[in-house]
Amino acid sequence: MKYLKQFGIILLITFAGEILRFLLPLPIPASIYGLILMFVLLCTKVIRLEDIREAAEFLIAIMPVMFIPAAAGLIDSWSQVRPIVIQMFITMIAVTFIVMAVTGKTAMFIIGRDRRNRS
Amino acid sequence: MNELFAASATAGVVISLIAYWIGMMLKNKFKSGILNPLLIAIILVIVFLLLTGIEYQTYNASAKYLSWLLTPATVSLAIPLYQQLERLKQNIKAILISILIGCLTSMLSIYLFSLVFRFSHELYVSFLPKSITTAIGMSISEEMGGIVSITVASIIITGICGNMIGEAVCKLLKITDPVAMGLAIGTSSHAIGTAKAMELSETAGAMSSLSIAVSGMITVVLMNFFVTLL
Repeated sequence: MKYLKQFGIILLITFAGEILRFLLPLPIPASIYGLILMFVLLCTKVIRLEDIREAAEFLIAIMPVMFIPAAAGLIDSWSQVRPIVIQMFITMIAVTFIVMAVTGKTAMFIIGRDRRNRS
Repeated sequence: MNELFAASATAGVVISLIAYWIGMMLKNKFKSGILNPLLIAIILVIVFLLLTGIEYQTYNASAKYLSWLLTPATVSLAIPLYQQLERLKQNIKAILISILIGCLTSMLSIYLFSLVFRFSHELYVSFLPKSITTAIGMSISEEMGGIVSITVASIIITGICGNMIGEAVCKLLKITDPVAMGLAIGTSSHAIGTAKAMELSETAGAMSSLSIAVSGMITVVLMNFFVTLL
């Protein structure tokens, strides 16, 4: 029963996210509404951590396999991708590296400065 | 084979899980960062479909149940976030500023690469949301006149790339603070990268999931400006 209850609560919040998605005219997916809603409910102690913990941890742990079906869908867009595939790969890999480096370095800089200011 | 897959409600899931399991075994055996289990699984599934002649739609008819779990799993990411509430409050300025700068960098770099490679306006718009999560990226691409399947492809390539290089890049550039690691990985490579950040540390995972939500929303706002550039 414990797992059923936990999974049930997570699905309930997911559904609430879908309702928000349906009502609000923004290009924000249900999962992000759900994530914010769940976070608020945890912070306000409406939902306690132990109400959802094991089921949520299970879902997070198996998350990588959930991307396999969508990624295999590359087969279907192959005809559109083929003519630009090399340029596309270079762009994706380079930009991912640049963004990672800039974001990480910026964060390191601000965190370091704040820490020095505090001490 | 095609008929068996069409009749089965689990075949696609089973094939995906076996592919991932093989990926895990290879990774454990050779302990190499290039052997990313997710990447191996994706390649194995694609090769399997090509060899057997099973259509993607037929595979996805049952494999879609795995994708279905993605929404409740994303909602569950609120838990690591909540557990790191103190860290979140402490670093709120660093978090917001670096994600904003990360999003700007992403779109500006896409703009520059599009100039260099002479991508059409349509392709440029399709690539702009490549660093954010598939669900937001798809809808914004569609809204702004991009090609959705190309957006999905670019998001997935980005995610796998971030998942593979994340740990090495952080080491190389001395991004040692777990908060900064999470922000770097999540802002550059959304949920697929976050799966990696989760493995690195709980804090990195939490910050990475936070980046997905924040960078998704920032990108949606910035898109309106960036589509007018090219």
